[in-house]
Amino acid sequence: MQKRISNLPFQGTKEQEEKLHAVIAKHKGEQGAVMPVLHEAQEIYGYLPVEVQTMVADGLGVPLEEVFGVSTFYSQFSLTPKGKYNISVCLGTACYVKGAAAVLDRVSQILGIQPEECTQDGLFSLTACRCVGACGLAPVMTVNDDVYGRLAPEEVDGILAKYQA
Amino acid sequence: MYRSNVLVCGGTGCTSSNSEQIIERLREEIKAKGLEKEVNVVRTGCFGLCALGPIMIVYPEGSFYSMVTPDDVPEIVEEHLLKGRIVTRLLYQETVVDDRTVKSLNHTPFYEKQMRIALRNCGVINPEVIDEYIAQDGYQALGKVLTEMTPQEVIDCILKSGLRGRGGAGFPTGRKWSFAAANQADQKYVCCNADEGDPGAFMDRSVLEGDPHSVIEAMAIAGYAIGATQGYIYIRAEYPIAVQRLKIAIGQAREYGLLGKNIFDSGFDFDIDIRLGAGAFVCGEETALMTSIEGKRGEPRVRPPFPAVKGLFGKPTVLNNVETYANIPQIILKGPEWFSSIGTEKSKGTKVFALGGKIKHTGLVEVPMGTTLREIVEEIGGGVPNGHTFKAAQTGGPSGGCIPAEHLDVPIDYDNLIAIGSMMGSGGLIVMDDTTCMVDIAKFFLEFTVDESCGKCTPCRVGTRRLLEILEKITSGNGTLEDIDRLEKLCHYIKENALCGLGQTAPNPVLSTLRYFRDEYIAHVTDKVCPAGACKALTNYYILEDQCRGCTLCARNCPVGAISGTVKKPHVIDRSKCIKCGACMEKCRFGAIVKK
Repeated sequence: MQKRISNLPFQGTKEQEEKLHAVIAKHKGEQGAVMPVLHEAQEIYGYLPVEVQTMVADGLGVPLEEVFGVSTFYSQFSLTPKGKYNISVCLGTACYVKGAAAVLDRVSQILGIQPEECTQDGLFSLTACRCVGACGLAPVMTVNDDVYGRLAPEEVDGILAKYQA
Repeated sequence: MYRSNVLVCGGTGCTSSNSEQIIERLREEIKAKGLEKEVNVVRTGCFGLCALGPIMIVYPEGSFYSMVTPDDVPEIVEEHLLKGRIVTRLLYQETVVDDRTVKSLNHTPFYEKQMRIALRNCGVINPEVIDEYIAQDGYQALGKVLTEMTPQEVIDCILKSGLRGRGGAGFPTGRKWSFAAANQADQKYVCCNADEGDPGAFMDRSVLEGDPHSVIEAMAIAGYAIGATQGYIYIRAEYPIAVQRLKIAIGQAREYGLLGKNIFDSGFDFDIDIRLGAGAFVCGEETALMTSIEGKRGEPRVRPPFPAVKGLFGKPTVLNNVETYANIPQIILKGPEWFSSIGTEKSKGTKVFALGGKIKHTGLVEVPMGTTLREIVEEIGGGVPNGHTFKAAQTGGPSGGCIPAEHLDVPIDYDNLIAIGSMMGSGGLIVMDDTTCMVDIAKFFLEFTVDESCGKCTPCRVGTRRLLEILEKITSGNGTLEDIDRLEKLCHYIKENALCGLGQTAPNPVLSTLRYFRDEYIAHVTDKVCPAGACKALTNYYILEDQCRGCTLCARNCPVGAISGTVKKPHVIDRSKCIKCGACMEKCRFGAIVKK
C-alpha cells in the first residue's frame, strides 16, 4: 500500500522522548524488536514521523532503512498524524456488500478529505480499513473507540456532528 | 452457589453495541435489589448470533434475550431475576413457542444444525477465568499427553483423526507435526496464526475472545509433540479484546504452572509470547508471518525449505491456525475415531463459518463438514432478507470464489469447494443477492490484493494491478470483448507464476465470476449496462413522471441539488449534477424513482 508522508513540522516533547527511550531500552537485544517498539512508539506519538523512526533505529542499533522498510510495509503504522478523532470506515467484504462505499463517500464529502488525510483543524482524520471483525453489524464505522454499526449513509451527518460540538 | 447465572456476550459484535454498559447496569441493579449473592453475572465470548446482539442468556431457565439495551436491564432484574417472570417481549422470538413456554435455544433453526467443537466453550464460560475452562475439562488433554503419551503417539492421534488445517489450504495437521518432529535442532518453535486478514471472517477472533485457553493448551500439546519449548501467537493489533484476553489467559496459565518449566511435573517446558501484527494480509502466508515475527517486512520466502525444516529464526517450526488448535484438546480427549466419524470422507470434523452480507442471521456457525450451502444459507442463516433473491455465496475471501445458486446443494468440504472454483479459506461466507454486481465484487477483491501485494514478485505486483485496470475499464463502460479474454489469460499466468499463496490465488475471484457470471461481464462491455445496477458509471436515476406526486422530498434530500421541480409537479434529475448516491430513491415514498 502506498503511504503518504507527512510534511508537517515534528513537535515531539521531552516527555515523549523519555518514554520512547524507556521502550527502546526494554526491548533492546530482543529478537525481532523493531515491530513491538514501533507499535509502542506510535502509541506515544500518535504517528511515526521520520524523527521518531531515526530515534528507534539509533536506539536499537539497526539501520534507519530497515525501520523505514517496516513502518511503510504495514498498514497499521501511520506516517501522517491522526486527527483528534480518527474515523475508520470498514471496507471488508461483509461491509462492502452492505453498502460501506456509500458511507465512506458520505464521510469524505462532509469533511472534504480523502482516506489517509486529516482535516485542516486537526479534528478528524479518515481511514478506510479492512475488517474490524464486527461483520454481524455491517456496515461499520469507528470513531476512535466508538463503534457504529448497521449504518445508513444519511446517519453519518448526525454522528459527525456529535464530535464537532 | 448462585441460583441464577446471567451470561452476557462480550464478543466484539455485542461489545460494539453496548454490552459493557449492560453488564455494568446489571451489576448495579442486582446490587440495588440485594441479589448479588444469588445472581451471578458472567461476561462470555460470542454466542454466534451476532445479528441479534447484544445478547443475554439467563440460566437455569435458558431465556435468550436479544437486542437488549441498557434501559431494558431494570425490567429484566425486577421481573425475571427478582420475581421469576420471564420478560417475553425481549426474548428471541424463535425460542417462544406460545406466550408461556420457551423452547431450548438448541432447537431453534439457527442452532439446531450446528455442532460445536471449536466453539464449544464460546458463550458458555467466562474466558477471563481459567477455573471455568478447567471445569469444562480444560487442560486435561495436556495432562493426558504429558503423563500417558509419547510425542509419536500424539502425532499419530492427530494424523488418525484426519484433522486438516483450518486456515485455508487444508494441509493435514498431523503430517505437518510429523515433519517438524523428524527434524533435529537445538530449538524448535510452535506458532499460531491469529492474523485473520480475510475481510469478512471473524471466527479466530471469536475463539480467542471466547475460549483463549483452548489455543494455549493445544499449542503446548504441539510443542510436546514436536519437541519445541517456545510458542508465538501472531495476532492482529486490530483485535484489542482478543489480545487482552490472551494476555490474561497466558498469565493465568503461567500462574497455575500450565505454562513454564516442568509442566505437570513431566520435565516438559513450554512458554508462549504474543506478537502483534500490523495490518498486512500477506502475513497470513506462513513464511511471511514468520518473517514478520522476526521483526522484518512480512515478505514471503521461497519454499522449500518448508517451515518444518527451516522456519522461524531458521529453526524447525509448526504453524497452525487458531481454529485448528481449538480442535486439538477435544481430539486428544475423545479420541481420533470420534473426530473422524464426523464430516466427509476427506474432510473430517466441523468448520466454523462467519456468515455475513445479505443474510438474515449474520453471525458465527459451526457445522459438520459436508453440510450443504443451502442448509447454511437458508436454514441456519434464515435466507436472504428484504424480498431479494440469493445470487452467490463468496467463500475463501480474496483467495476464493463465488458459488452460484446452482451449486447450493454441494456438500461443503475442502475438495468440493475447489472443484467448483472456490476454496474453504478461513471460513468467511458472504452472501450476495441480486443487487450485487459480480464484476464489481471481482474489482473489490482485486483492489484489496493490489493494496496488499507485498511487491516481492512481479506476477503479483504488476499482474494484479493490470487485472484491476481491466476491471475498472469494464465497470466504467469502456471495456471490449477482447478485454475479457485478456483478463482470463492474465489470471492463468498469475496463478502459475506468483511466488506465494496470496498471488497464486489472487485471480480466483475473477476466474470464478467469469465462470459463473460471464453474461454479466458481457452485459458490461457490449450493452454497457450493469444488470445489478451497482456500477455507478453504467447506471442512471430517473423519475417516472406519472408516479411522481411532486412531494419535493427527493429534492430536499439530494446532497448536490441535482433535482428540481415545483410542488405537486413531477420533478427531474439533472444528470450532469447527479452523483448517483441513491438518496432520492431511498426517500421516495411512491416508488417514482428508478435506477437503470
